[in-house]
Amino acid sequence: MDLGQLLAIIIGAIFVSNFVLARFLGLCPFVGVSKDSDSALGMGMAVIFVMTMASLVTWFIYNYVLVPLEITYLRTIAFILVIAALVQFVEMVIEKTSPTLHKSLGIYLPLITTNCAVLGVAVVNVDSFMTTGLSRNASFIYTIVHGFAAGLGFTLALILMAAIRERLDLIDVPESMRGIPITFIVAGLMAIAFLGFSGLKIG
Amino acid sequence: MSALRELTKGFYRENPVFRLALGLCPALAVSTSVENALGMGAAATFVLLGSNIVISLLGKVIPAKVRIPCFVVVIASFVTIVELVMGAYLPELSKSLGIFIPLIVVNCIILGRAEAFASKNGLWLSIMDGLGMGLGFTFAIVLIGAIREILGDGKFFGYMVFGPGFQPVLIMILAPGAFITIGLLMGYFNILDAKKKRKAEAAAAAGSNARGGR
Repeated sequence: MDLGQLLAIIIGAIFVSNFVLARFLGLCPFVGVSKDSDSALGMGMAVIFVMTMASLVTWFIYNYVLVPLEITYLRTIAFILVIAALVQFVEMVIEKTSPTLHKSLGIYLPLITTNCAVLGVAVVNVDSFMTTGLSRNASFIYTIVHGFAAGLGFTLALILMAAIRERLDLIDVPESMRGIPITFIVAGLMAIAFLGFSGLKIG
Repeated sequence: MSALRELTKGFYRENPVFRLALGLCPALAVSTSVENALGMGAAATFVLLGSNIVISLLGKVIPAKVRIPCFVVVIASFVTIVELVMGAYLPELSKSLGIFIPLIVVNCIILGRAEAFASKNGLWLSIMDGLGMGLGFTFAIVLIGAIREILGDGKFFGYMVFGPGFQPVLIMILAPGAFITIGLLMGYFNILDAKKKRKAEAAAAAGSNARGGR
């Protein structure tokens, strides 16, 4: 484990292989909750928290339950259950602490369960840090950092998109392209910009 | 008659990808070629059909409060079946679909149909609904895949379409191409819809005029 590797993981997860714009994960909330930047920020925070926690919990589940019992092929079922429980918990906490935020996120909070970015980060973690022969400490730290950075990347894309869509409201978009279609065109242009990051070489 | 309706609605009227904007992640991520798209469509259709059957049979047994976790477990079991079978018999395809096979679990189409349709309807209608939605999803993803493969690679199903002089539009195979393709397709479907609506309105107006003139 070294700092260069950590930095590469962080930059990689935020910019080079951004979860939304390069890996196509979490598109439903990306299209659904990016209408104004306040709810985009709230959703982003919830996703960062859930993704970090999901990385942590699934690391323990994988290494201390699935591997010793030799049932790693059940990881999909195990992970999705853990994530569902986690999201339920986060929802309860937000409902208690900030009813306004809870109201503005509306139906999208339970939908984090079916947000492929959260399960996606858990699966990517297993594939890239837990089955590649890293030492336990290194794989633990990489996993947590990757989960957090992937959440940051998602939030970055979401907030950028929300800011663009707020301006799009003032523009005369052709009628057939209003709403979701123009959002995808904008996402395509953003993805072109993010492609530029793939030239980055770190470490 | 109504069963046929459930089967065909997924293609155009309620196409999960273009109309309901569900299942976008796999539709964009694995549509780099027609072959991948067909594989993904088949896998998702199988899971959708299986989960719809089981959930419509269990509909009354599952308590309403814990239904979502129950649905998710049923879906995840079918996804695990697909994962293992595909890994054993189609290792190439399984490799190129990558993490998007386990991610079928969180495909919103499947949970959406379980919640909105299968848990409330009988077995026969649920089978039709699962097949229809699955085929509609397959149709959408293959359409996107065909456009991206033809423009981005100059091929269709692995065969060259254009002559050797064709310069592939590389960006269509990369991430931005997927976003732009689906955006334009959705816009196109909206135009078709608006045209249809205008025609229907014109017909209705003509009808009422004729009646009024009499």
